[in-house]
Amino acid sequence: MMGLSHDTVVGFAKSFGLFYLIALSIGICVYVFWPRNRDRFRRAKHSIMDDEDGPLTGEDRQ
Amino acid sequence: MITRFTIAERQASLVLLLLMTLAGLAMAAAGAGDAMGVHGFIVLFASLGLIFVVGGALYDPAPTEDRSRAYYDDPIKVGIVLAMIWAVIAMGVGDWVAWMLAFPDLRFDGAWSGFGRMRPVHTTGIIFGFGGNALIATSFHVMQRTCRARLAGQIAPWFVILGYNLFVVMAVTGYMMGVTQSKEYAEAEWYADIWLVIVWVVYFVLYLRTLARRNEPHIYVANWYYMAFILVVAVLHIVNNLAVPASFTAAKSYSLFSGVQDAMTQWWYGHNAVAFFLTSGFLGMLYYYLPKRANRPIYSYRLSILSFWGITFFYIWVGSHHLHYTALPHWVQTLGMTFSVMLLVPSWASAGNALMTLNGAWHKVRDDATLRFMFVAAVFYGLSTFEGSFLAIRPVNSLSHYTDWTVAHVHAGAMGWVALITFGAIYAAVPMIWRRETMYSWKMVEWHFWLALAGTLIYVFAMWNSGIVQGLMWRTYTEGGTLRYSFLDTMIAMHPYYIARGIGGLLFLAGAVIGFINIWMTIRAVGSDSKVLDVPTESEAGEPAVPVAE
Repeated sequence: MMGLSHDTVVGFAKSFGLFYLIALSIGICVYVFWPRNRDRFRRAKHSIMDDEDGPLTGEDRQ
Repeated sequence: MITRFTIAERQASLVLLLLMTLAGLAMAAAGAGDAMGVHGFIVLFASLGLIFVVGGALYDPAPTEDRSRAYYDDPIKVGIVLAMIWAVIAMGVGDWVAWMLAFPDLRFDGAWSGFGRMRPVHTTGIIFGFGGNALIATSFHVMQRTCRARLAGQIAPWFVILGYNLFVVMAVTGYMMGVTQSKEYAEAEWYADIWLVIVWVVYFVLYLRTLARRNEPHIYVANWYYMAFILVVAVLHIVNNLAVPASFTAAKSYSLFSGVQDAMTQWWYGHNAVAFFLTSGFLGMLYYYLPKRANRPIYSYRLSILSFWGITFFYIWVGSHHLHYTALPHWVQTLGMTFSVMLLVPSWASAGNALMTLNGAWHKVRDDATLRFMFVAAVFYGLSTFEGSFLAIRPVNSLSHYTDWTVAHVHAGAMGWVALITFGAIYAAVPMIWRRETMYSWKMVEWHFWLALAGTLIYVFAMWNSGIVQGLMWRTYTEGGTLRYSFLDTMIAMHPYYIARGIGGLLFLAGAVIGFINIWMTIRAVGSDSKVLDVPTESEAGEPAVPVAE
């Protein structure tokens, strides 16, 4: 268990943790501001306004 | 409700209930003389009762509804009613123990009624009974509507709702018998914990299968919050409750963790229970019911996604702020503190998004108490997340920790944010689910709103005062360097605030009782005609007429 000393684990947590959080933040920002997602989000945001009529079936999905 | 089951589904439910009856019988026999035996009888009688319900309708005619055309709302109805029943019970117990702290004679000398046993009855009853049922019920509503698809299953939703309530009943009755594993918000013992894992996995699978059926290209953001709630709570629950039972025929178990690891695991769980049980799922409610009720789309959909990931990834790390000045390594404490402060950004983004959605529609907030519930909830969400970040800072924590300030903070969140958003969501959902024009009485909604708001303010201000007085008295020294105040001195100083808290809690409870009556009268359709929708109904006779050969 030499390779898994307290200091090693702490060192890994502090370095990897930092970079994965930065990478994640960048990834999410790219997803959110990706131009092609704009219509998708706009549709989603309005879609909940009128949804009580029951599930969509094949014919009214077009 | 059973008539909506096909004959095969009724038979499958009976088999399932029979298995549960046998499990209850085994628990009752093996655990005789222990609390586990009592729980065995609870499982046994609950399952037997349901066998009579299902069995009694076994030979009723098969359902005629077109399932592809209708949402499945029966389990939501039961979930909402159960949430309100738990609200009244658990707020009642909460107010009782609040008065008990001011006047200890109110314990009435029972072993079961001591503060140490009734306090977890209150917290479990509110968080898991009231909050959990409301989350499950509204998630069934939101997932179907936003996916434009029916729930993926007929038995699974019932298994989730009823199985979950069986867990809460076992937890709460266990505490009164002295069963506890001494982990805050995770006091229930090993067999109840295993049962909850089974129920929770079924819930998760049900959610995924319904999403897989969706008729919308994008999964609406409210679902993301509900999914985070289900997934992370599963992880937290399993890890924190890892334990070895002392015997398979008794309730007592020993945690796998000890010392500071136990403390860290517990508070990693404890604060993420606040994050993913009491925040994430309720944000899901906010992002669906607030735009819907205001009839305005959410102000910024992109911001809702950014704050989702912010909340998810920052919250996971903040638990160690509960362990400042302990044996926990200093850098882990600092990590918790830093992430707690950063968490303010996505939290305020969510609160701001909600308030900006209402900007321009303030007349609706003024006129509609249901929307006002959600508006005030968003304000309290912003306030209590600010307070949470502040209290997590080490020197602030040195004053606040172990005092009533923490209690004030928790209740600003639990009453002002969680309960108010839930009441708002329930008042928005009940007329939709039961197909009514409005609630039975809008005046009762107003009464509920003002009682709840007044109760919350009285409660929170009382505990702020009490906590800061308490904290300051604890750190006051004489010139000789000794502590100036004894423990008893602090108790005497806090007494008036404890009475104020009892009054605040009573107002909040009164509001919930009025709400329950109002919901019940709406369900009973007193003084209203049921709303006709242009959708297929249960019976063929109720189908809208279709003109023939025109």
